[in-house]
This record gives sequence, structure tokens and C-alpha cells, in this order.
Amino acid sequence: MWSELFLVPFLTGLCLAILLPLLGCYLRLRDEWLAALAYSHVAAAGALLALVTAMPPAVGGIAAAGLAGAGKRFFAAKLAGGASYALLLLGGWAVAVLLAANHPMAERLGHALFDGQLYFSSSEQLWLVAVCSLMALLFLRKLANNLLLAHVYPDFFRVRGLPAWPTQTGFDLLAALALALATMSMGVMGAFALVFIPPWLAFRRGRNWRAGLWLALAIGLLAYIAAFIVALGLDQPFGPVLALVLIVVGLVIA
Amino acid sequence: MSFLLHIEHLVAGWQQAATQPFDLMLAAGEIVGLTGPNGVGKSTLLAALAGRAKIFSGRIEQRPGLRLALQTQDVPPVDGLPLSGRELLALTGASDDGLPHWLADRLDLRLDRLSGGQRHYLALWAILQAPADLVLLDEPTNNLDAAGVAHLTAHLRERAAAGAGMIVVSHDLAFVHSVCDRVLELGAGDVE
Repeated sequence: MWSELFLVPFLTGLCLAILLPLLGCYLRLRDEWLAALAYSHVAAAGALLALVTAMPPAVGGIAAAGLAGAGKRFFAAKLAGGASYALLLLGGWAVAVLLAANHPMAERLGHALFDGQLYFSSSEQLWLVAVCSLMALLFLRKLANNLLLAHVYPDFFRVRGLPAWPTQTGFDLLAALALALATMSMGVMGAFALVFIPPWLAFRRGRNWRAGLWLALAIGLLAYIAAFIVALGLDQPFGPVLALVLIVVGLVIA
Repeated sequence: MSFLLHIEHLVAGWQQAATQPFDLMLAAGEIVGLTGPNGVGKSTLLAALAGRAKIFSGRIEQRPGLRLALQTQDVPPVDGLPLSGRELLALTGASDDGLPHWLADRLDLRLDRLSGGQRHYLALWAILQAPADLVLLDEPTNNLDAAGVAHLTAHLRERAAAGAGMIVVSHDLAFVHSVCDRVLELGAGDVE
């Protein structure tokens, strides 16, 4: 299992299993957990679109999700109540399915993205994910207090003149890019499972915010390692196995 | 005596003007109470001071570098959130010195495990004790029992003695008259 063939995908997923549960805690704090699913679908559509236009799929996926994250605020007034995420999710899904249905190469990549085949990760992808995950964690740490304060005391946050841009659009962009990277590596639903289930459990069981973050991280990491071993041992696609492991863990802990 | 805030003929509102012209000069260490019937625009005035409501006419002059803290009637959304009282205080930079014992012992609990009154007082304390020169309070005695009101009254006086100015909106006339240096009743016509 620890040959380079499997070590590279394992380490790629490990970086994401650290980042996504922590990111998910802040998405859940803002009642934006649906954003994870929306950005993943948009990233998948962007990757397929790039493929059929002879561009690198990773560039297309990251660019599409990044545009969605940064552009969401421009339509915030019209798309309140999570409507923006529902529209992005539906739009991303529709474009991805149509591209896959009309282009043989897109069909293959589409299957990989929606099945969640982590084992195809290359060492270039590992470096990209590792560096981006580290940067995202540092940025998240810098934003953490302001994200909490803006949620609990929005008026206090405003009267203190704290910078709103990084807390709002900056976080949207961070979430979109992280989800795009994760979708390229472990598929739409594998990424969503890591963003949604560990934070859900942490919010139910955490003694405080810090303990909740640690709990989400521990659940995400342990579930990821278990899923990797099971999927490899049984020769199954990684994404669905990860989702099932997390569902079982969720039902036991919740 | 140094002035924190100078308000001249202020008319504020949301889509349309919702207050009568309002004048006020507030000094450091002074507590001013605003009372009056529902709908007269007390909370709207606070919102205008905080930059949230629209100013239709008049002006607000603040001392340069003034640090504001604002408590609104909105309940902080902490249900289902794993946030402890100690973490809440840390968010606003508030100290736990002087907290009543019935809260000091519970600082490490999640906020959604506290009673409504305890949660309200802690949420209020996080604003009151935040580093600020001017504190705006909107109905701070809501959900507080007699012990809570008594503790709040004593603490506001201490905070004012340390130099903070305050504007307190409240329907609780006994509280307002016991804690404030001046009480302004908003109603028809100009105030002050």
C-alpha cells in the first residue's frame, strides 16, 4: 500500500482531510454548508469545460469555482437565503452532465469527478494540494476570529470598523478554491462528505469552539484513513466509501 | 469635561424618517437614558449612531478615534454553536473581572447550555466590557431578573466612572432613573 503508487494519492487526500473539516466548521457557522456542494459542482463543470476546449481541467475547475466564489457577492441582494448556492449547484450539475453526454473525453473525466477516484492523483497534484492547503489553513487561521465575531455580533463587528472584505468575499473565495482542489482530487461527494459530516458532529458534541475544531479534524482524518484502506483493500471507488464511513461515524456519534 | 459625541437636529430612519429632530451632547463618563413609547425611534437613533440607519438631516460629530460598542435587541445566534462563554468574551476583548458568581462559574459551558437570562447577560457583558469609549445599549434589562438588573446597574456606574460614555435605551423607567445621569423622554417635538 505504501508504494509511491498509493502514497501520493494518500498524502494528497490527507492534506484535504485536514483542510476540509476545518473549512466546513466555518461554512457551517455561516449556515453555508450547501456552498460546498455548489462549488464542487461548479468546479466539476469548469474542469469538463476546460477539457473540451483543450485546456488543463484543473485550471478550468479552479477558475470556475473561484469566479463563483468571488462573484456571488455581486448578486447577494437578489439571491438571499441560500438561493445562490442552489443555482450554482444546479447550473454546475447541468453543464457537467451535458458536457459528459456530448463528449467522450468529458464523459470519462466526469465519471472520475463524480465517482471520486483519488488514486489517480499525480505528484504534481500532491504538491499543488499541499501548498494550497497550507496557505488556506494559514488564511483561515487569520480570518477565524473575525468570522466568529461577524456571525455572533454583526453590529459590533461593523461599528468597530473591522475589515469586511476578507471576512466575506475573501472567505467565499477561499472556500470555492479549496472545494475546487478537493473536487479535482477526491470527487464531488467525497469532498462534500468531509466538509459536511465532521463539522456537523463537532457542532453537536464540541465542548467549545476550539474543541469542536479539533473534534472535526480528528473525525475527518480517522474516517479518511479508514476509507482509504477499505477502498483500496476492496478495490472500490474512494468517494462513496468515504461517504459511507462518515455516515456510519455520524450516526454513531450524533 | 471632554465630549465624546455631539448630535445636532438628527432625523434618522430606514426607508423614511422615523424620529423627531434630536440633539445631544454626551461627555466622557456620562450615562444618558432614552425612554419613550414604542415606535418613537429610540432604537433607530442608536442604529443611526452605529451607522446602520439612514440619516435624513442633522449631523453627528464624534471625537476622533472614538471606539464604539453596540448592544442591540437581537439575540446572538448561538443555538447549536459550540461556543463557550469564555470564547465569547475573548471575541470582543472583554474581561471576566466583575462577572456575577452565577455566571463566572459557567464561563466554560457552551452558550446554548445556559439559561436564557444567563446567556443574555453574558452576551451583554461581552459588549459592555469590550474596550470602548462609547457604549450604546438597547433594552439591556430584557430577560434579566432582579439580581441581574442590580448587578448591571452597579456595573454601568463603574464603567462610567472609568471614563466610558453610555447611551441607554430602555422601557424600564426605574432602571433608567437609577443608572443614568440624564434621562431624555422621546416623544413629539424636539428633544433635549
